Amino acid sequence: MSWMAWTWPTAAFFCSIFAALITMTLVELRWPTVPRKGWLPLVTTRGDRFFISLLGSAFIHILWLAVTDVHVLVASVLSLVYALLVMSRG
Amino acid sequence: MIKGVSNNRAWLAVVPVVLVVAFSAVVPLMTVVNYSVQDIFDVDTRLFVGLDWYRETLRDPRFIDALLRQVTFSATVLVIEVPLGIWIARALPRDSRATSAFLILLAIPLLIPWNVVGTIWQIFARPDIGLLGVSVAALGISFNYTGSSVDAWITLILMDIWHWTSLVALLAFAGLASIPSPCYQAAMLDGASTWQVFRYVELPRLKSVLTIAVLLRVMDSLMIYTEPFVLTGGGPGNSTTFLSQYLTSMAVGQFDLGPAAAFSVLYFLLIVLLCWLFYTSVMRSEADG
Repeated sequence: MSWMAWTWPTAAFFCSIFAALITMTLVELRWPTVPRKGWLPLVTTRGDRFFISLLGSAFIHILWLAVTDVHVLVASVLSLVYALLVMSRG
Repeated sequence: MIKGVSNNRAWLAVVPVVLVVAFSAVVPLMTVVNYSVQDIFDVDTRLFVGLDWYRETLRDPRFIDALLRQVTFSATVLVIEVPLGIWIARALPRDSRATSAFLILLAIPLLIPWNVVGTIWQIFARPDIGLLGVSVAALGISFNYTGSSVDAWITLILMDIWHWTSLVALLAFAGLASIPSPCYQAAMLDGASTWQVFRYVELPRLKSVLTIAVLLRVMDSLMIYTEPFVLTGGGPGNSTTFLSQYLTSMAVGQFDLGPAAAFSVLYFLLIVLLCWLFYTSVMRSEADG
């Protein structure tokens, strides 16, 4: 696996993504999703909202890195808030 | 949902696809992400730099210029190719002996390797020996795609239209061919105009197939590399250097693997975002309509 040039932060990042996917799968098996309309301008399933959370979080980080030198952890906190809002009320 | 089904062994059939996708897409993508946070000196010598390469790339004027050019190019070719493809598909005879011949003719540009397309247009547009270049010069218009940015862009856009409009036309033709003739007969009885037939009979039934066509074109046009590389080499200056070409010069030319990996991740996310936005908006309008 050394050819993949792993680092601890990226390993932790991917582990958290895979853990979230496994959790989503288990939740789906236990409580099948029902499409709904929240504050997002489209009807979404739980998987849609998860995808929107991930993609939105990535772009929050990108915008943050593009425009400011303030520590990126602030963007991570903002992303977490955004993801929670999307998952719970999106 | 089918109740009472307890045998889920059919899911095993998906395993080969999952493995292929994992090894061809997920593992390489994870590797690129790993590279993007390190300064790579050689296989065994790497330095963790966090998100520095992302910050550097996002503030690189050449990246921003290439991104703007890329988006402009994609938007331009889409705006032209989609209506033109639909128009060609509508103009094709449906039940004639000539239909097959037209379809084969349309498919020819799609069968030509991309570097050959670039070479064909490189010769075709040359102002000294190319048919297009000489013809334009004969009209008294100064045209030189190697010296003028505008001419280079016009040539590139013409080349892309020539290469890819067929795809939209063939897909739209397949969609049109599946519309039952009673739909047209009902429209004729109602006295619908040609525009009304297109708007209310054909377009709603073409939406699915057009979604696929446009998605393919969005992805392809955002990733275009070979044709402009062969035709203009990214010039004159950097006027036709798109993201893929800048990325290649960074990764292969300069061997800056860390910055190139960060660039690749940003490029990937951009394509995912645009495709998702487009797909969602089309699906939404389809649901509303």
